[in-house]
Amino acid sequence: MGSNMAECHPVAFRWPMKAKLNGAKLIHVDPRFTRTSAVADLHVPIRAGSDIAFLGGLIHYVVNSRRWNADPFFKEFVVNYTNAATIINKDFKDTEELEGVFSGLNTFSEPASWPYNGNQGRYDSASWSYDRGPKPPGPATADLIARRAGPPFDDLVRSLKLGPAQKDPTLQNPQCVFQILKRHFSRYTPEMVEQICGSPKEKFIRVAEALLENSGRDRTSAFAYAVAWTQHTYGVQMISCCALLQLLLGNIGRPGAGVMALRGHAAIQGSTDVPTLYHSIHGYMNAPSALRPHESLRAYMAAETTPTSYYGNTPKFLVSYLKSMYGEASTAENDFGYDWHPKILGDHSHIASFAAMADGKVKGMVCVGQNPATSLNGGATRGALRQLKWLVVKDNWLTETATHWYLGPEVKSGEVKIGDNQTEIFFFPSTQIAEYDGSFTNTQRMLQWHSFATKAPGDCRTDTWFYHNLAKRMKRLYAASTAPRDQGWKNVLWEFDPDPGEAPLYPGEPSARKILREINGYVTGNPAQHLKGFGELKDDGSTTCASWIYSGCFPAWDQNMTARRTPDPPGVPGAHLAWGWAWPANRRVMYNRASADLKGKPWSERKRWVWWDPTFVNPPDPKTGVAPPHGKWVGYDVPDFAATKAPDAQPKPDGIGLDALSGTQPFIMRADGKGWLFVPAGLVDGPLPTHYEPHESPVQNLLYPKHQMSPVHKVWAAGKPYNQLASVGDPKFPYVITTYRLTEHYLAGAMSRWLPWLAELQPELFIEMGKGLAQEKGIRNLDWVVISSPRGQIRAKALVTDRIGVMNVAGKQIHHVGMPWHWGWAGLSTGAVVNDLTSWVGDPNVSIHEGKAFVCNVEKA
Amino acid sequence: MQVSRRDFLRVTAGAGAGTAIGGLVGLGLTLAPARAQAQELRIRDAKAVPSICPFCSVGCATLIHVKDDRIVNIEGDPRSPHNEGTLCPKGAAIYQLHVNPNRATKVLHRKPGASGWEVVELEWAMDRVAELIKKTRDDTFIESLPNGKVVNMTPGIFALGGATLDNEFNHVCQKFWRGLGVVAIENQARI
Amino acid sequence: MPEAMGFFTDTTICIGCKACEVACKNWNQLPATNGGVTEMSGDSYDNTRKLDGTHWRHVKFIEQFEGPYNGRWLMMSDVCKHCVQAGCLEVCPTGAIIRTEFDTVVIQSDVCNGCRACIAACPFGVIDMNPAAGTAQKCTLCYDRMEVGLEPACAKACPTDSIQFGPITELRTRAQKRVDQLKAQGEKRARLYGDDPNGPLGGLNSFYLLVDEPEVYGLPKDPKLPSRNLNRSGTFAAASGAVVGLLALVGLRKRRMDEMN
Repeated sequence: MGSNMAECHPVAFRWPMKAKLNGAKLIHVDPRFTRTSAVADLHVPIRAGSDIAFLGGLIHYVVNSRRWNADPFFKEFVVNYTNAATIINKDFKDTEELEGVFSGLNTFSEPASWPYNGNQGRYDSASWSYDRGPKPPGPATADLIARRAGPPFDDLVRSLKLGPAQKDPTLQNPQCVFQILKRHFSRYTPEMVEQICGSPKEKFIRVAEALLENSGRDRTSAFAYAVAWTQHTYGVQMISCCALLQLLLGNIGRPGAGVMALRGHAAIQGSTDVPTLYHSIHGYMNAPSALRPHESLRAYMAAETTPTSYYGNTPKFLVSYLKSMYGEASTAENDFGYDWHPKILGDHSHIASFAAMADGKVKGMVCVGQNPATSLNGGATRGALRQLKWLVVKDNWLTETATHWYLGPEVKSGEVKIGDNQTEIFFFPSTQIAEYDGSFTNTQRMLQWHSFATKAPGDCRTDTWFYHNLAKRMKRLYAASTAPRDQGWKNVLWEFDPDPGEAPLYPGEPSARKILREINGYVTGNPAQHLKGFGELKDDGSTTCASWIYSGCFPAWDQNMTARRTPDPPGVPGAHLAWGWAWPANRRVMYNRASADLKGKPWSERKRWVWWDPTFVNPPDPKTGVAPPHGKWVGYDVPDFAATKAPDAQPKPDGIGLDALSGTQPFIMRADGKGWLFVPAGLVDGPLPTHYEPHESPVQNLLYPKHQMSPVHKVWAAGKPYNQLASVGDPKFPYVITTYRLTEHYLAGAMSRWLPWLAELQPELFIEMGKGLAQEKGIRNLDWVVISSPRGQIRAKALVTDRIGVMNVAGKQIHHVGMPWHWGWAGLSTGAVVNDLTSWVGDPNVSIHEGKAFVCNVEKA
Repeated sequence: MQVSRRDFLRVTAGAGAGTAIGGLVGLGLTLAPARAQAQELRIRDAKAVPSICPFCSVGCATLIHVKDDRIVNIEGDPRSPHNEGTLCPKGAAIYQLHVNPNRATKVLHRKPGASGWEVVELEWAMDRVAELIKKTRDDTFIESLPNGKVVNMTPGIFALGGATLDNEFNHVCQKFWRGLGVVAIENQARI
Repeated sequence: MPEAMGFFTDTTICIGCKACEVACKNWNQLPATNGGVTEMSGDSYDNTRKLDGTHWRHVKFIEQFEGPYNGRWLMMSDVCKHCVQAGCLEVCPTGAIIRTEFDTVVIQSDVCNGCRACIAACPFGVIDMNPAAGTAQKCTLCYDRMEVGLEPACAKACPTDSIQFGPITELRTRAQKRVDQLKAQGEKRARLYGDDPNGPLGGLNSFYLLVDEPEVYGLPKDPKLPSRNLNRSGTFAAASGAVVGLLALVGLRKRRMDEMN
């Protein structure tokens, strides 16, 4: 669901196909019958954007099924490894009680300092919390912050511990998570699913039964999703809903199970881990923010540290990161330079930034290897670009973003004059993959190194070269400044020139290995002494490490684990641990303690992955000389658990971090060590997934008529002429449209539409529409059609097919159309910009736009 | 005379390549199987450089065959547990990312209001970009908010891109901007 | 002497990705039509339309639907059949078309005089002129790769192993097992096409697993040699000129690469 794996990740799809030949069942739930559907055992049509209703229906079906209630495996997994038994605060009110919203909903008004957050409302999540016993005694957090306690920061972390959560392992308490979720999804019946999703009931039941049959001790089921689950105003909740279902089915932390994100770019996992994203700093720490209690280093630690999980080590991650930023200048006395680190003012995400650019708040832009001129609400985006004082584009081709000022549709139509555009624009040519070395992190969190093969032509330079050489210039430009605001930059550690003996690939080229070494981390003052992993991190400044999660990828000066290319021999059920390196700590299946039962035994022989070996003789501790008791977690993978913590180990009463968790709590990044069916904190739009309609939808919300859409989703530039939105059931835009990728092209086309071999395979933009709609509109195959939304109007050729079509939704016949979004005006294969139709609305957790479900009109040109 | 395909092969195999076969010569046939004597394989003596496909996130391993500093072929690395040597059409086309007459190789500059590009020197352009970054940063820098919160940031610059580039790029990119106080750093993971 | 080698294409696991088309072009350095600037065909996702002198692999898309979402989408990667009794080889007047030691059929570009006889003779419409070379061209089953023990580029690239390469006898066994499996799963229309050494053209060294009549895939039900009245010796006579090596292929490829570079 939410992905078209055969088309968008064809080589990864090699493995589901192999599984299918071995008897696995392959199901594709999608608004289109795609190349994935073509080889699936079952294709189930679904109206774009209604996935939570479908998944919620599966949850309802599962918890009421005979199999789920009869097989003790499910109860054992759910009671012990999830928060099903946890009692929730008595003040909590569900959407079933409040007709579509949770308790805690407030209004939201934009702060004057940064009015680009877009939220329509805001939840106070206090009532979603666990019902807890009294907080353990000890010094108060506020006092520790006030007296600048630490390092070490253990007391500060300990002060954050909460009282014990109340539980009912019988799952009978009406306020326990299991009962709440059962009530929450009680109206998500197969009939309701059919009404909302347009998915035939009989097919929906076949999916539910297949999942039940293929989950349990001896069998697992996996979900694969991609951006068709993220690009919604409730995208995070869709994925969360799937995680909830998979936890109920015991399909998390086990081989052949899980919720697999099929990410879209070679390094997109890397660019999230090593965040060129506004909201986080390395290793998924939240970016210091003016909107949160992040006034000081200790305040940040108090706000961001989960004391009873591995995140209890956050002070170590943060201090080591600050050391990597500011080097020697970062000391305990100056809070490791925390004040120099910039704070965000609010939402500075992609759309928010373009909305601010349109208002003249963003004046300069550097764009490297991305093509926003064909991106969300293209007309508005290009309008924003024209407001810039300066723009730098670095790419391999003269992309739409590089040429929007003289080739954009507005310029072509005469609406915008080239001479009126006052932006100073630069284009820098880039290297291609074979022309430099470095690492990508793939969708499995695996870092893989690629090596230099040949030199790039002309002035092509690596993108790393660009920033390295800019940094040197900026250092020079600020060298003489004594202004306090410039001290942070002056102190930034910038040591990426190749070591003596290592020849730069291009004049002035930094050493990619050296950059990865800083990410991996080293002993402060001795960059040659690498950290072997994040277990060695300290909170006193004695370790320097940009990214705790990547620590271990380069454990010694000459040991680049990402460059390893040794696969397991054939026939071994291994995890290929000597191929590349996956974070964290080279683990391939996360939370894999859950692949064993409470006692540490594999749930079944067939699904063996990681288990407790009670006879394992542990070597003595090198420092104390004392050997721990016998026993260790072993298996095919690197165990995602304290290596020698026995299954019967109890939490230490005063413990923080992993010491606060027992031997049966596999979800070590969660405060209670459990998989969260109900999310008490961390999501801004509710603790449980709830069906809402997309912002633009042809139908009313059947489940919650009073709350058509998520009450807290984002609308940027609301009311602006360049971000007009269709109202519910708008007769001017009666069709549901979804956008997508094709196998033959890539993204906005910069890496495919310039390649003759790919261009000829899909040479033109098209709109896929059903035969019924085509007939209604007098459109024949290959006719030119005009597609319009409140934001724009584009032309494309019709591809009339039964692979997409009409669905019966809530008694209405809803036509679906679909368009691949790879095109623009540059390249060998050109076509209209499909994103000229999309809008600036998005998810409140992650600010991702709603590109997978909106409305349009279609007419013959 | 009936000669099955099997016989054909067997006979020629027995007699050796390029030799006329006794019994069949009478028919006026030369049953020599074709065989290239000096078939030159394009990748013979080429260096195979381990690489990774730059398209989607699957991380297929490739081998780049290089001869005389030129790429002669790119194909899947059969050792990889991800792709076992296979590739999709995009992966199979990586060669044309490199060897392509449409590749941009020059630095271009457009003055405000100008109707066209000018080709400029790389070093000049870098100096000019650095100058602009400094000016915008200095003009828009915020040390603290009216409520007294220290923020040391500028909202005036937006950096975009990274998901198609290396981890190492992402590190220096975010470090560069955060070091300068720029927070609007984004990439394709958002969209 | 190596045994007969060829392709078994299991169309039921083809995902229509066209990796085979591009991998073939990459290895053989074949140009795209009009430099890649073409128009969409409107025939499903098939935009290269047919096998010809610059498309030695071609993926067909067949939409079989009765109403929205109700049906199936068949895909098939097509290629030269490397017929055991090859019409092209039979009619070639210059001896440019040869049978290799792997029992595959290869056109030697430097011997080909561009007369087009083979184009007309092929019952599958596989061969056409390569305008860049001025000669008739088609799949060589990557003869140059096979010689050094490498599998053909398309089979190697195929992500789902829909295209399988190997000794024909092994492939036939494997193919029959797959047919049996499909039939057991209820796909009664599963059948092999071109696997029978006693069938048309003496069997095809590139054969297919189909789930419908061959015509549905654009394959002739009963492919025939262009000249059934020729006696058998004539067939071999045509092959008699085939002693020249395949150096021509190398030369041609080099020329094409130079053009591209």
